[in-house]
Amino acid sequence: MLSPADLDTLILTFKVASTATLLMLLFGTPLAWWLARTHSAWKGVINAVVALPLVLPPTVLGFYLLVLMGPAGTIGKFTTWLGLGTLPFTFPGLIVASVLYSLPFVVQPLQASFNAIGEQPLEAAATLRAGPLDTFFSVVVPLAKPGFLTAAILGFAHTVGEFGVVLMVGGNIPDKTRVVSVQIYNHVEALEYAEAHWLAGVLLLFSFSVLLVLYTVLKTHPVAHPLK
Amino acid sequence: MTTIQARFQLDYGDFKLDVDLKLPGTGITVLFGHSGSGKTTLLRCIAGLQHAPQGKLAINGSIWQDSERGLFLPTHKRSLGYVFQDANLFPHLTVRDNLHYGLKRIKQNSGTVKLEHTIELLGIGQLMERMPERLSGGERQRVAIARALALNPEILLMDEPLASLDFKRKQEILPFLSRLHQQLDIPVLYVTHSQQEVAQLADTLVIMEDGRALASGPLSETQSRLDVPLAQDREAATVWQATVAEHEADYHLTRVAFAGGSLSLPAVDAEIGTPLRVQIYARDVSIALEAPTATSILNVLPATITGIADGRDGQSVVRLQVGDQALLAHITRKSALLLDLQIGMAVYAQIKGTSLLN
Repeated sequence: MLSPADLDTLILTFKVASTATLLMLLFGTPLAWWLARTHSAWKGVINAVVALPLVLPPTVLGFYLLVLMGPAGTIGKFTTWLGLGTLPFTFPGLIVASVLYSLPFVVQPLQASFNAIGEQPLEAAATLRAGPLDTFFSVVVPLAKPGFLTAAILGFAHTVGEFGVVLMVGGNIPDKTRVVSVQIYNHVEALEYAEAHWLAGVLLLFSFSVLLVLYTVLKTHPVAHPLK
Repeated sequence: MTTIQARFQLDYGDFKLDVDLKLPGTGITVLFGHSGSGKTTLLRCIAGLQHAPQGKLAINGSIWQDSERGLFLPTHKRSLGYVFQDANLFPHLTVRDNLHYGLKRIKQNSGTVKLEHTIELLGIGQLMERMPERLSGGERQRVAIARALALNPEILLMDEPLASLDFKRKQEILPFLSRLHQQLDIPVLYVTHSQQEVAQLADTLVIMEDGRALASGPLSETQSRLDVPLAQDREAATVWQATVAEHEADYHLTRVAFAGGSLSLPAVDAEIGTPLRVQIYARDVSIALEAPTATSILNVLPATITGIADGRDGQSVVRLQVGDQALLAHITRKSALLLDLQIGMAVYAQIKGTSLLN
């Protein structure tokens, strides 16, 4: 069965994943909109930076974040100056790392569905007196709804499944940074296979359900770019 | 002052737009030309959907663009209605919500064109709860026209609204457009490459080619300009606007009056005074030097020759003035030589056939 400590890690994981997903949608939406619309020379560079976590080993990303957010790092100095202390091995630090790590899973589906909408509905809205922001909320958001759903689900699921970045930046502190994937690792290290089975089973079921929803309800392909 | 002044210069490298037009602030002005002639680009510049770096645009007194003063009003701040070639309804909204989308965004004013009236005029009342994907192409286009008119705009811009429809659907919408024509008091700019639509709708005609306006002016005058290719076309014709003057029931004929004369047509079922459009193909017009005394042709009108040009395949194109109307005649070059036709000569135009457009 799941022990109280295991349950705590599940709750913490849910908290991390939902907070990170909200933040990713908040920052990812304008970023994806810009990437979908711009002809700027920076588009390629920004696209590559956003997609980096897809190919980079999580430990590499975690390592750089650890250094940057540590007492000697640029971000660390800045957060200390703000009176926030340093971020590694804290909940906020874990959130920052998760957002950066899972961002492509939110930005790419959004970007693809913004691209699929095309110029036409935007022009129609403009001829009907809707300004750019009005058009975004009254036309783009409803038309990109499947994209938003896919982005939220993938962002959430991918944050739940992270391990390497968490271990580097968050460590293994109960109730603060110890998420499910780390707890499974702890169990296996302690040869507690029965406990590991329970948690692993929960994650397996969760991941399968997410993919099932994506394929059957939203009819998208989570790896390739989802279409509307 | 009710005029439209539109001057635009735009250079895309492989395509240049360079126009300077003064158009009347009422009636339907048709921008006619082949694809790539720049007619749609011109319309998009007027709507502000495309930003011509050099341009000045004034619609009945309101200035929408003046590049010299750095003025460019974005599309959503221009009082216009725009009908796209493929309707472009919002797929996530019902017909009703599509119609109200723009209405919600303007300050309600007491316009002459009310939404209810437009819905009735276009016959779309029973479609209100449908989603756009469940409409036929013709229905979609009617909804798009109503959506644009609902805003009670200062100008209506239509980009080939019938081009994506089949013949039957076109015939379904054209009568609506003709009816709109009679009821609207705002100017309409209408882009098309169809001569049929020109004949049915235009009051003013602008002929576009290679990003320039070759000719612009009142319909029959522009149709009969000898310096534009239209007059050479096998289907070349002039359209006269006339009104029903008298019914000759015994002969199954109707006499219609135009500025400067009258024509006999096969009986028309319309009240005296009804406005009509009569199309006369250039190939149906012949020329006589003296009034023919014995002829079966009913419509023989005194005319003055105002221009002669060589046509294709041994033909001559003759431009005639009949009262206030211009008329084109395609005759053989041999006839033109034998009759020794000259500009300024008084002749008789014999019209073998006419067709009624509405």
